[in-house]
Amino acid sequence: MQSRTAASTPRELRVREEVGLDVRALTRTIWQVAQAVLIFLVLGVLIWRGAQAMEYRWQWYRVEPFFYRVIDGEIIWGPLVKGLIQTLKLAAVSGFIAVSIGFLTAFARLSNSIAGRIIAKWYLEAIRNTPLLVQLFLFYFVLAPIFGIDRFWAGVLCLAFFEGSFAAEIIRGGITGVDHGQYEGADAIGLNVVDKYRFVVIPQSLPLILPPLTGLLISLIKHSAIVSVIAVSELTTAGLNLISDTFMAFEVWFLVAGIYLAVTVTLSISVSLFERSLNKTKR
Amino acid sequence: MLDATAKPLVEIKHMCKWYGEFSALHDINLTVAEGERVVVCGPSGSGKSTMIRCINQLEAHQKGTILVDGVEVKPGMKNIELIRREVGMVFQSFNLFPHMTILDNLILGPMRNRGASKAEATELAMGYLERVHIAGQAGKYPPQLSGGQQQRVAIARALCMKPKIMLFDEPTSALDPEMIAGVLDVMIELAEEGMTMICVTHEMGFARKVADRVVFMDEGEIIEIAEPQEFFSNPQSDRAQLFLSQLLGH
Repeated sequence: MQSRTAASTPRELRVREEVGLDVRALTRTIWQVAQAVLIFLVLGVLIWRGAQAMEYRWQWYRVEPFFYRVIDGEIIWGPLVKGLIQTLKLAAVSGFIAVSIGFLTAFARLSNSIAGRIIAKWYLEAIRNTPLLVQLFLFYFVLAPIFGIDRFWAGVLCLAFFEGSFAAEIIRGGITGVDHGQYEGADAIGLNVVDKYRFVVIPQSLPLILPPLTGLLISLIKHSAIVSVIAVSELTTAGLNLISDTFMAFEVWFLVAGIYLAVTVTLSISVSLFERSLNKTKR
Repeated sequence: MLDATAKPLVEIKHMCKWYGEFSALHDINLTVAEGERVVVCGPSGSGKSTMIRCINQLEAHQKGTILVDGVEVKPGMKNIELIRREVGMVFQSFNLFPHMTILDNLILGPMRNRGASKAEATELAMGYLERVHIAGQAGKYPPQLSGGQQQRVAIARALCMKPKIMLFDEPTSALDPEMIAGVLDVMIELAEEGMTMICVTHEMGFARKVADRVVFMDEGEIIEIAEPQEFFSNPQSDRAQLFLSQLLGH
Protein backbone atom coordinates (compact mmCIF):
# COMPACT_ATOMS: atom_id res chain seq x y z
CA MET A 1 0.00 0.00 0.00
CA GLN A 2 1.18 3.46 -0.84
CA SER A 3 1.87 5.73 2.11
CA ARG A 4 -0.16 8.88 2.45
CA THR A 5 2.75 11.26 1.97
CA ALA A 6 5.45 10.68 -0.61
CA ALA A 7 9.14 11.32 0.06
CA SER A 8 10.06 14.46 -1.86
CA THR A 9 13.31 15.12 -3.70
CA PRO A 10 14.55 18.71 -3.62
CA ARG A 11 14.64 20.29 -7.08
CA GLU A 12 18.41 20.79 -7.20
CA LEU A 13 18.97 17.08 -6.61
CA ARG A 14 16.86 15.95 -9.58
CA VAL A 15 19.59 15.49 -12.20
CA ARG A 16 18.59 15.10 -15.80
CA GLU A 17 19.82 11.88 -17.37
CA GLU A 18 22.38 11.98 -20.20
CA VAL A 19 20.69 10.90 -23.41
CA GLY A 20 23.80 10.52 -25.57
CA LEU A 21 24.25 11.22 -29.27
CA ASP A 22 21.12 10.83 -31.40
CA VAL A 23 22.67 8.93 -34.34
CA ARG A 24 19.48 8.72 -36.37
CA ALA A 25 18.86 12.46 -36.27
CA LEU A 26 22.48 13.12 -37.19
CA THR A 27 22.47 10.81 -40.23
CA ARG A 28 19.18 12.32 -41.37
CA THR A 29 20.68 15.84 -41.22
CA ILE A 30 23.78 14.74 -43.11
CA TRP A 31 21.68 13.08 -45.79
CA GLN A 32 19.56 16.23 -46.23
CA VAL A 33 22.61 18.47 -46.59
CA ALA A 34 24.03 15.99 -49.08
CA GLN A 35 20.80 16.22 -51.11
CA ALA A 36 21.14 19.99 -51.39
CA VAL A 37 24.81 19.75 -52.40
CA LEU A 38 23.94 17.11 -54.97
CA ILE A 39 21.25 19.27 -56.58
CA PHE A 40 23.59 22.27 -56.77
CA LEU A 41 26.30 20.07 -58.33
CA VAL A 42 23.91 18.75 -60.98
CA LEU A 43 22.78 22.31 -61.82
CA GLY A 44 26.38 23.52 -62.01
CA VAL A 45 27.40 20.68 -64.31
CA LEU A 46 24.37 21.35 -66.55
CA ILE A 47 25.28 25.04 -66.90
CA TRP A 48 28.93 24.26 -67.51
CA ARG A 49 28.15 21.56 -70.11
CA GLY A 50 25.60 23.83 -71.80
CA ALA A 51 28.06 26.68 -72.01
CA GLN A 52 30.67 24.29 -73.41
CA ALA A 53 28.24 23.03 -76.02
CA MET A 54 27.64 26.57 -77.29
CA GLU A 55 31.41 27.11 -77.15
CA TYR A 56 31.15 29.91 -74.62
CA ARG A 57 34.60 31.14 -73.64
CA TRP A 58 34.63 31.81 -69.87
CA GLN A 59 36.82 34.79 -69.08
CA TRP A 60 36.68 35.03 -65.29
CA TYR A 61 40.25 36.37 -65.26
CA ARG A 62 38.96 39.60 -66.82
CA VAL A 63 36.38 40.46 -64.15
CA GLU A 64 38.64 42.04 -61.52
CA PRO A 65 38.69 45.51 -63.17
CA PHE A 66 34.87 45.46 -63.09
CA PHE A 67 35.25 45.96 -59.33
CA TYR A 68 38.41 48.02 -58.96
CA ARG A 69 41.69 48.91 -60.60
CA VAL A 70 44.89 50.06 -58.96
CA ILE A 71 46.60 52.84 -60.91
CA ASP A 72 49.74 54.40 -59.40
CA GLY A 73 48.92 52.89 -56.01
CA GLU A 74 45.47 54.47 -56.06
CA ILE A 75 42.26 52.45 -56.06
CA ILE A 76 39.83 53.36 -58.83
CA TRP A 77 36.42 51.76 -58.24
CA GLY A 78 35.01 49.85 -61.19
CA PRO A 79 31.51 50.07 -62.66
CA LEU A 80 30.04 47.24 -60.55
CA VAL A 81 31.08 48.85 -57.26
CA LYS A 82 29.86 52.27 -58.40
CA GLY A 83 26.62 50.68 -59.55
CA LEU A 84 26.23 48.89 -56.22
CA ILE A 85 26.68 52.17 -54.34
CA GLN A 86 24.01 53.80 -56.51
CA THR A 87 21.68 50.84 -55.94
CA LEU A 88 22.17 51.08 -52.19
CA LYS A 89 21.57 54.83 -52.29
CA LEU A 90 18.46 54.35 -54.41
CA ALA A 91 17.14 51.62 -52.11
CA ALA A 92 17.94 53.51 -48.90
CA VAL A 93 16.27 56.75 -49.99
CA SER A 94 13.22 55.09 -51.52
CA GLY A 95 13.01 52.65 -48.60
CA PHE A 96 12.91 55.52 -46.14
CA ILE A 97 10.24 57.33 -48.15
CA ALA A 98 8.29 54.08 -48.63
CA VAL A 99 8.14 53.42 -44.88
CA SER A 100 7.07 57.03 -44.25
CA ILE A 101 4.35 56.72 -46.88
CA GLY A 102 3.40 53.40 -45.32
CA PHE A 103 2.90 54.92 -41.86
CA LEU A 104 0.97 57.91 -43.25
CA THR A 105 -1.30 55.70 -45.34
CA ALA A 106 -1.83 53.20 -42.53
CA PHE A 107 -2.86 55.96 -40.12
CA ALA A 108 -5.05 57.56 -42.79
CA ARG A 109 -6.84 54.22 -43.26
CA LEU A 110 -7.29 53.75 -39.53
CA SER A 111 -8.37 57.34 -38.90
CA ASN A 112 -11.89 58.69 -38.51
CA SER A 113 -11.33 61.07 -41.42
CA ILE A 114 -13.43 60.02 -44.40
CA ALA A 115 -11.21 61.97 -46.80
CA GLY A 116 -8.10 60.30 -45.37
CA ARG A 117 -9.60 56.83 -45.73
CA ILE A 118 -10.77 57.44 -49.31
CA ILE A 119 -7.43 58.88 -50.45
CA ALA A 120 -5.50 56.05 -48.81
CA LYS A 121 -7.76 53.40 -50.35
CA TRP A 122 -7.51 54.92 -53.84
CA TYR A 123 -3.74 55.18 -53.58
CA LEU A 124 -3.48 51.52 -52.55
CA GLU A 125 -5.80 50.28 -55.28
CA ALA A 126 -4.17 52.40 -58.01
CA ILE A 127 -0.63 51.31 -57.14
CA ARG A 128 -1.37 47.66 -56.60
CA ASN A 129 -3.46 47.19 -59.71
CA THR A 130 -1.08 48.70 -62.26
CA PRO A 131 2.25 47.26 -63.43
CA LEU A 132 5.39 48.67 -61.84
CA LEU A 133 6.92 49.24 -65.28
CA VAL A 134 3.96 51.40 -66.33
CA GLN A 135 4.20 53.37 -63.09
CA LEU A 136 7.89 53.95 -63.78
CA PHE A 137 7.12 55.31 -67.25
CA LEU A 138 4.41 57.53 -65.75
CA PHE A 139 6.87 58.93 -63.23
CA TYR A 140 9.67 59.35 -65.76
CA PHE A 141 7.85 60.57 -68.86
CA VAL A 142 4.89 62.40 -67.28
CA LEU A 143 5.52 63.49 -63.69
CA ALA A 144 9.27 64.13 -63.99
CA PRO A 145 8.97 66.79 -66.71
CA ILE A 146 5.96 68.37 -64.98
CA PHE A 147 7.70 68.72 -61.64
CA GLY A 148 11.20 69.09 -63.08
CA ILE A 149 12.83 66.14 -61.29
CA ASP A 150 15.77 64.14 -62.65
CA ARG A 151 15.81 60.44 -63.52
CA PHE A 152 17.32 59.36 -60.20
CA TRP A 153 14.51 60.98 -58.21
CA ALA A 154 11.89 59.78 -60.67
CA GLY A 155 13.16 56.26 -59.97
CA VAL A 156 13.31 56.84 -56.22
CA LEU A 157 9.77 58.22 -56.01
CA CYS A 158 8.31 55.53 -58.23
CA LEU A 159 9.85 52.77 -56.09
CA ALA A 160 8.84 54.56 -52.89
CA PHE A 161 5.21 54.88 -53.91
CA PHE A 162 5.12 51.29 -55.16
CA GLU A 163 6.64 49.72 -52.05
CA GLY A 164 4.88 52.26 -49.82
CA SER A 165 1.54 50.72 -50.71
CA PHE A 166 2.71 47.33 -49.44
CA ALA A 167 4.38 48.90 -46.41
CA ALA A 168 1.05 50.56 -45.56
CA GLU A 169 -0.75 47.23 -45.34
CA ILE A 170 2.06 45.65 -43.32
CA ILE A 171 2.04 48.54 -40.86
CA ARG A 172 -1.75 48.59 -40.63
CA GLY A 173 -1.70 44.87 -39.92
CA GLY A 174 0.88 45.37 -37.19
CA ILE A 175 -1.08 48.15 -35.55
CA THR A 176 -4.40 46.34 -35.61
CA GLY A 177 -2.58 43.25 -34.33
CA VAL A 178 -1.92 44.93 -30.98
CA ASP A 179 -4.35 43.65 -28.36
CA HIS A 180 -7.41 45.86 -27.87
CA GLY A 181 -6.82 45.88 -24.12
CA GLN A 182 -3.61 47.83 -24.67
CA TYR A 183 -5.54 50.67 -26.27
CA GLU A 184 -7.95 50.64 -23.33
CA GLY A 185 -5.07 50.56 -20.86
CA ALA A 186 -3.55 53.62 -22.52
CA ASP A 187 -6.94 55.37 -22.65
CA ALA A 188 -7.67 54.57 -19.04
CA ILE A 189 -4.56 56.35 -17.75
CA GLY A 190 -5.52 59.36 -19.87
CA LEU A 191 -2.82 59.33 -22.55
CA ASN A 192 -3.61 61.50 -25.55
CA VAL A 193 -3.76 59.94 -29.01
CA VAL A 194 -0.15 60.73 -29.94
CA ASP A 195 1.28 59.36 -26.69
CA LYS A 196 -0.94 56.31 -26.91
CA TYR A 197 0.55 55.35 -30.25
CA ARG A 198 4.08 56.51 -29.47
CA PHE A 199 4.55 54.72 -26.16
CA VAL A 200 2.06 51.87 -26.19
CA VAL A 201 0.85 50.80 -29.63
CA ILE A 202 3.78 51.33 -32.03
CA PRO A 203 6.44 49.72 -29.78
CA GLN A 204 4.26 46.63 -29.50
CA SER A 205 3.48 46.51 -33.20
CA LEU A 206 7.17 46.62 -34.21
CA PRO A 207 7.76 42.89 -33.60
CA LEU A 208 4.76 42.25 -35.87
CA ILE A 209 5.86 44.77 -38.50
CA LEU A 210 9.61 44.18 -38.72
CA PRO A 211 9.79 40.69 -40.28
CA PRO A 212 7.46 41.43 -43.22
CA LEU A 213 8.98 44.90 -43.58
CA THR A 214 12.41 43.30 -44.02
CA GLY A 215 10.96 41.21 -46.80
CA LEU A 216 9.64 44.42 -48.32
CA LEU A 217 13.03 46.15 -48.18
CA ILE A 218 14.63 43.12 -49.79
CA SER A 219 12.11 43.18 -52.60
CA LEU A 220 12.72 46.94 -52.87
CA ILE A 221 16.42 46.29 -53.49
CA LYS A 222 15.52 43.74 -56.13
CA HIS A 223 12.85 45.91 -57.73
CA SER A 224 15.33 48.77 -57.93
CA ALA A 225 16.84 46.94 -60.91
CA ILE A 226 13.86 48.07 -62.95
CA VAL A 227 15.01 51.70 -62.99
CA SER A 228 17.73 50.57 -65.40
CA VAL A 229 15.08 51.00 -68.12
CA ILE A 230 15.17 54.76 -67.52
CA ALA A 231 18.98 54.53 -67.43
CA VAL A 232 19.55 55.40 -63.81
CA SER A 233 23.18 54.38 -63.31
CA GLU A 234 22.71 51.60 -60.77
CA LEU A 235 23.98 48.03 -60.56
CA THR A 236 21.87 46.50 -63.32
CA THR A 237 22.60 49.39 -65.68
CA ALA A 238 26.31 48.95 -64.94
CA GLY A 239 25.96 45.26 -65.82
CA LEU A 240 24.18 46.05 -69.10
CA ASN A 241 26.89 48.54 -70.04
CA LEU A 242 29.67 46.09 -69.19
CA ILE A 243 28.10 43.42 -71.39
CA SER A 244 27.79 45.73 -74.35
CA ASP A 245 31.47 46.61 -73.90
CA THR A 246 32.87 43.13 -73.27
CA PHE A 247 30.22 40.58 -74.44
CA MET A 248 30.84 38.64 -71.20
CA ALA A 249 27.13 38.12 -70.54
CA PHE A 250 27.44 34.96 -68.43
CA GLU A 251 30.12 36.26 -66.06
CA VAL A 252 28.53 39.68 -65.63
CA TRP A 253 25.03 38.41 -64.90
CA PHE A 254 26.39 35.86 -62.42
CA LEU A 255 28.32 38.65 -60.72
CA VAL A 256 25.36 41.05 -60.66
CA ALA A 257 23.05 38.38 -59.25
CA GLY A 258 25.71 37.44 -56.69
CA ILE A 259 26.05 41.03 -55.54
CA TYR A 260 22.26 41.42 -55.12
CA LEU A 261 22.21 38.15 -53.19
CA ALA A 262 25.05 39.24 -50.91
CA VAL A 263 23.27 42.52 -50.11
CA THR A 264 19.85 41.00 -49.43
CA VAL A 265 21.21 38.11 -47.35
CA THR A 266 23.28 40.54 -45.26
CA LEU A 267 20.20 42.68 -44.71
CA SER A 268 17.98 39.81 -43.61
CA ILE A 269 20.63 38.39 -41.27
CA SER A 270 21.26 41.75 -39.61
CA VAL A 271 17.53 42.36 -39.14
CA SER A 272 17.03 38.95 -37.56
CA LEU A 273 19.92 39.72 -35.19
CA PHE A 274 18.26 43.04 -34.37
CA GLU A 275 14.95 41.28 -33.72
CA ARG A 276 16.65 38.82 -31.44
CA SER A 277 18.14 41.68 -29.40
CA LEU A 278 14.67 43.28 -29.25
CA ASN A 279 13.24 40.07 -27.83
CA LYS A 280 16.13 39.71 -25.43
CA THR A 281 15.44 43.03 -23.73
CA LYS A 282 11.88 41.89 -23.15
CA ARG A 283 12.73 38.77 -21.17
CA MET B 1 -24.96 55.55 3.38
CA LEU B 2 -22.65 58.50 3.70
CA ASP B 3 -23.92 61.88 4.75
CA ALA B 4 -26.19 63.49 2.23
CA THR B 5 -24.06 66.62 1.91
CA ALA B 6 -21.17 64.80 0.21
CA LYS B 7 -20.83 66.09 -3.32
CA PRO B 8 -21.70 63.73 -6.15
CA LEU B 9 -18.67 62.58 -8.18
CA VAL B 10 -20.50 60.53 -10.75
CA GLU B 11 -24.06 61.19 -11.82
CA ILE B 12 -25.69 58.97 -14.41
CA LYS B 13 -29.14 60.03 -15.53
CA HIS B 14 -31.45 58.10 -17.85
CA MET B 15 -28.50 56.58 -19.68
CA CYS B 16 -29.22 54.12 -22.49
CA LYS B 17 -26.92 52.16 -24.75
CA TRP B 18 -27.52 49.90 -27.72
CA TYR B 19 -25.25 47.60 -29.70
CA GLY B 20 -27.00 47.89 -33.05
CA GLU B 21 -30.57 46.89 -32.23
CA PHE B 22 -29.59 45.15 -29.01
CA SER B 23 -30.35 47.18 -25.89
CA ALA B 24 -27.32 46.84 -23.63
CA LEU B 25 -28.31 49.40 -21.01
CA HIS B 26 -31.71 50.87 -20.34
CA ASP B 27 -32.54 53.97 -18.30
CA ILE B 28 -29.60 53.78 -15.89
CA ASN B 29 -29.76 56.21 -12.97
CA LEU B 30 -26.97 56.17 -10.42
CA THR B 31 -25.29 58.82 -8.32
CA VAL B 32 -22.04 58.07 -6.53
CA ALA B 33 -20.95 60.56 -3.89
CA GLU B 34 -17.40 61.44 -2.99
CA GLY B 35 -15.91 58.81 -0.69
CA GLU B 36 -18.64 56.30 -1.42
CA ARG B 37 -17.93 52.64 -2.23
CA VAL B 38 -20.40 51.03 -4.58
CA VAL B 39 -20.36 47.39 -5.61
CA VAL B 40 -22.15 46.44 -8.82
CA CYS B 41 -23.24 42.84 -9.19
CA GLY B 42 -25.54 40.80 -11.36
CA PRO B 43 -25.49 37.86 -13.76
CA SER B 44 -23.13 37.92 -16.74
CA GLY B 45 -24.45 39.92 -19.66
CA SER B 46 -26.40 42.20 -17.34
CA GLY B 47 -24.44 45.29 -18.46
CA LYS B 48 -22.36 45.89 -15.29
CA SER B 49 -19.06 46.30 -17.13
CA THR B 50 -20.64 48.27 -19.93
CA MET B 51 -22.10 50.71 -17.42
CA ILE B 52 -18.83 51.52 -15.70
CA ARG B 53 -17.00 51.62 -19.04
CA CYS B 54 -19.39 54.36 -20.11
CA ILE B 55 -18.22 56.52 -17.21
CA ASN B 56 -14.80 57.04 -18.79
CA GLN B 57 -16.17 56.57 -22.31
CA LEU B 58 -14.39 53.38 -23.20
CA GLU B 59 -17.92 52.69 -24.40
CA ALA B 60 -20.14 55.37 -25.87
CA HIS B 61 -23.69 55.76 -24.60
CA GLN B 62 -26.43 56.98 -26.89
CA LYS B 63 -28.96 58.56 -24.57
CA GLY B 64 -28.98 60.28 -21.21
CA THR B 65 -26.23 62.17 -19.41
CA ILE B 66 -23.15 61.21 -17.43
CA LEU B 67 -21.47 63.78 -15.22
CA VAL B 68 -18.02 63.14 -13.76
CA ASP B 69 -17.18 65.67 -11.07
CA GLY B 70 -19.71 68.04 -12.60
CA VAL B 71 -18.40 67.73 -16.18
CA GLU B 72 -20.59 66.04 -18.74
CA VAL B 73 -18.91 63.27 -20.72
CA LYS B 74 -20.22 62.77 -24.22
CA PRO B 75 -19.41 60.28 -26.94
CA GLY B 76 -16.71 61.56 -29.31
CA MET B 77 -15.94 64.57 -27.12
CA LYS B 78 -12.63 66.38 -27.44
CA ASN B 79 -10.20 66.17 -24.51
CA ILE B 80 -11.83 63.07 -23.07
CA GLU B 81 -8.34 62.24 -21.78
CA LEU B 82 -8.67 65.11 -19.27
CA ILE B 83 -11.61 63.31 -17.66
CA ARG B 84 -9.97 59.90 -17.90
CA ARG B 85 -7.05 61.25 -15.87
CA GLU B 86 -9.49 61.80 -12.98
CA VAL B 87 -10.96 58.31 -13.30
CA GLY B 88 -8.70 55.37 -12.55
CA MET B 89 -9.66 52.05 -14.08
CA VAL B 90 -8.62 48.48 -13.33
CA PHE B 91 -9.46 45.78 -15.85
CA GLN B 92 -10.18 42.11 -15.58
CA SER B 93 -7.24 41.39 -17.91
CA PHE B 94 -4.87 43.92 -16.23
CA ASN B 95 -3.88 45.57 -19.54
CA LEU B 96 -0.38 46.35 -18.35
CA PHE B 97 2.05 47.33 -21.09
CA PRO B 98 4.15 44.18 -21.54
CA HIS B 99 7.05 45.92 -23.29
CA MET B 100 7.74 48.21 -20.31
CA THR B 101 9.06 47.46 -16.85
CA ILE B 102 6.65 47.71 -13.93
CA LEU B 103 8.15 51.07 -12.99
CA ASP B 104 7.86 52.40 -16.55
CA ASN B 105 4.23 51.29 -16.63
CA LEU B 106 3.59 53.43 -13.58
CA ILE B 107 5.54 56.56 -14.48
CA LEU B 108 4.26 56.85 -18.06
CA GLY B 109 1.01 58.54 -17.06
CA PRO B 110 2.41 61.08 -14.58
CA MET B 111 5.28 62.00 -16.90
CA ARG B 112 3.27 62.39 -20.10
CA ASN B 113 0.03 63.71 -18.65
CA ARG B 114 1.21 65.92 -15.82
CA GLY B 115 4.72 66.74 -16.99
CA ALA B 116 6.23 65.23 -13.86
CA SER B 117 10.00 64.76 -13.94
CA LYS B 118 11.31 61.23 -14.00
CA ALA B 119 12.55 61.54 -10.41
CA GLU B 120 9.19 62.84 -9.15
CA ALA B 121 7.26 60.20 -11.03
CA THR B 122 9.58 57.44 -9.81
CA GLU B 123 9.19 58.53 -6.21
CA LEU B 124 5.42 58.62 -6.59
CA ALA B 125 5.37 55.24 -8.33
CA MET B 126 7.59 53.55 -5.75
CA GLY B 127 5.30 54.88 -3.03
CA TYR B 128 2.29 53.22 -4.63
CA LEU B 129 4.23 50.02 -5.33
CA GLU B 130 5.02 49.86 -1.59
CA ARG B 131 1.36 50.25 -0.86
CA VAL B 132 0.40 47.33 -3.06
CA HIS B 133 3.27 45.34 -1.51
CA ILE B 134 5.21 44.83 -4.70
CA ALA B 135 8.06 47.38 -4.67
CA GLY B 136 10.65 44.63 -5.09
CA GLN B 137 9.42 43.88 -8.61
CA ALA B 138 9.77 47.39 -10.05
CA GLY B 139 12.46 46.40 -12.55
CA LYS B 140 10.65 43.35 -13.91
CA TYR B 141 8.34 43.09 -16.90
CA PRO B 142 4.63 42.31 -16.44
CA PRO B 143 4.75 38.78 -17.95
CA GLN B 144 7.30 37.82 -15.28
CA LEU B 145 4.77 38.45 -12.51
CA SER B 146 1.86 36.33 -11.35
CA GLY B 147 -1.68 37.40 -12.18
CA GLY B 148 -2.30 38.71 -8.69
CA GLN B 149 0.90 40.75 -8.74
CA GLN B 150 0.03 42.14 -12.18
CA GLN B 151 -3.37 43.21 -10.96
CA ARG B 152 -1.84 44.99 -7.99
CA VAL B 153 0.54 46.76 -10.38
CA ALA B 154 -2.46 47.76 -12.45
CA ILE B 155 -4.10 49.25 -9.36
CA ALA B 156 -0.90 51.15 -8.54
CA ARG B 157 -0.70 52.40 -12.14
CA ALA B 158 -4.22 53.78 -11.92
CA LEU B 159 -3.48 55.40 -8.55
CA CYS B 160 -0.40 57.14 -9.97
CA MET B 161 -2.71 59.51 -11.82
CA LYS B 162 -4.17 60.49 -8.42
CA PRO B 163 -7.71 59.83 -9.61
CA LYS B 164 -10.78 61.11 -7.80
CA ILE B 165 -12.57 57.83 -8.36
CA MET B 166 -11.53 54.28 -9.12
CA LEU B 167 -13.47 51.91 -11.36
CA PHE B 168 -12.85 48.18 -10.97
CA ASP B 169 -14.08 45.95 -13.78
CA GLU B 170 -14.11 42.41 -12.33
CA PRO B 171 -10.57 42.76 -11.02
CA THR B 172 -10.34 39.26 -9.58
CA SER B 173 -12.24 37.25 -12.18
CA ALA B 174 -9.15 36.30 -14.21
CA LEU B 175 -7.05 35.33 -11.19
CA ASP B 176 -6.14 31.96 -9.76
CA PRO B 177 -7.99 31.39 -6.48
CA GLU B 178 -4.89 31.77 -4.30
CA MET B 179 -4.17 35.19 -5.85
CA ILE B 180 -7.53 36.78 -5.16
CA ALA B 181 -7.01 37.59 -1.49
CA GLY B 182 -3.93 39.76 -2.13
CA VAL B 183 -5.80 41.91 -4.63
CA LEU B 184 -8.88 42.21 -2.45
CA ASP B 185 -6.71 43.26 0.51
CA VAL B 186 -5.28 46.12 -1.54
CA MET B 187 -8.79 47.16 -2.58
CA ILE B 188 -10.01 47.03 1.02
CA GLU B 189 -7.10 49.20 2.17
CA LEU B 190 -7.94 51.64 -0.59
CA ALA B 191 -11.56 51.74 0.49
CA GLU B 192 -10.58 52.31 4.11
CA GLU B 193 -8.51 55.31 3.02
CA GLY B 194 -11.67 56.88 1.67
CA MET B 195 -11.17 56.39 -2.08
CA THR B 196 -14.39 56.67 -4.07
CA MET B 197 -14.87 53.33 -5.80
CA ILE B 198 -17.24 51.58 -8.14
CA CYS B 199 -16.46 47.85 -8.27
CA VAL B 200 -17.99 45.33 -10.59
CA THR B 201 -17.28 42.06 -8.83
CA HIS B 202 -18.62 38.69 -7.87
CA GLU B 203 -16.76 38.79 -4.55
CA MET B 204 -19.73 39.05 -2.22
CA GLY B 205 -17.46 38.92 0.83
CA PHE B 206 -15.79 42.07 -0.39
CA ALA B 207 -19.16 43.70 -1.02
CA ARG B 208 -20.33 42.88 2.50
CA LYS B 209 -17.13 44.24 4.00
CA VAL B 210 -16.59 47.56 2.24
CA ALA B 211 -19.61 48.52 0.16
CA ASP B 212 -21.80 51.44 1.18
CA ARG B 213 -24.33 50.36 -1.42
CA VAL B 214 -24.83 47.35 -3.65
CA VAL B 215 -26.24 47.86 -7.13
CA PHE B 216 -27.90 44.81 -8.63
CA MET B 217 -28.27 44.76 -12.40
CA ASP B 218 -29.99 42.38 -14.78
CA GLU B 219 -30.69 42.55 -18.52
CA GLY B 220 -29.26 46.04 -18.84
CA GLU B 221 -31.26 47.62 -16.03
CA ILE B 222 -30.61 48.52 -12.43
CA ILE B 223 -33.06 46.32 -10.54
CA GLU B 224 -32.17 47.11 -6.97
CA ILE B 225 -29.92 49.44 -4.99
CA ALA B 226 -29.51 48.69 -1.30
CA GLU B 227 -27.08 48.70 1.57
CA PRO B 228 -25.20 45.39 1.64
CA GLN B 229 -26.76 44.22 4.90
CA GLU B 230 -30.22 44.80 3.43
CA PHE B 231 -29.36 43.39 0.03
CA PHE B 232 -27.88 40.12 1.20
CA SER B 233 -30.34 39.37 3.97
CA ASN B 234 -33.48 40.65 2.36
CA PRO B 235 -33.30 41.13 -1.43
CA GLN B 236 -36.48 42.75 -2.69
CA SER B 237 -36.65 41.60 -6.30
CA ASP B 238 -37.17 38.03 -7.48
CA ARG B 239 -34.20 38.31 -9.79
CA ALA B 240 -31.85 39.38 -6.99
CA GLN B 241 -33.12 36.50 -4.85
CA LEU B 242 -32.48 34.08 -7.70
CA PHE B 243 -29.03 35.53 -8.35
CA LEU B 244 -28.02 35.32 -4.72
CA SER B 245 -29.32 31.78 -4.35
CA GLN B 246 -27.32 30.70 -7.40
CA LEU B 247 -24.23 32.45 -6.09
CA LEU B 248 -24.38 31.18 -2.55
CA GLY B 249 -26.38 28.00 -2.97
CA HIS B 250 -23.65 25.48 -3.54
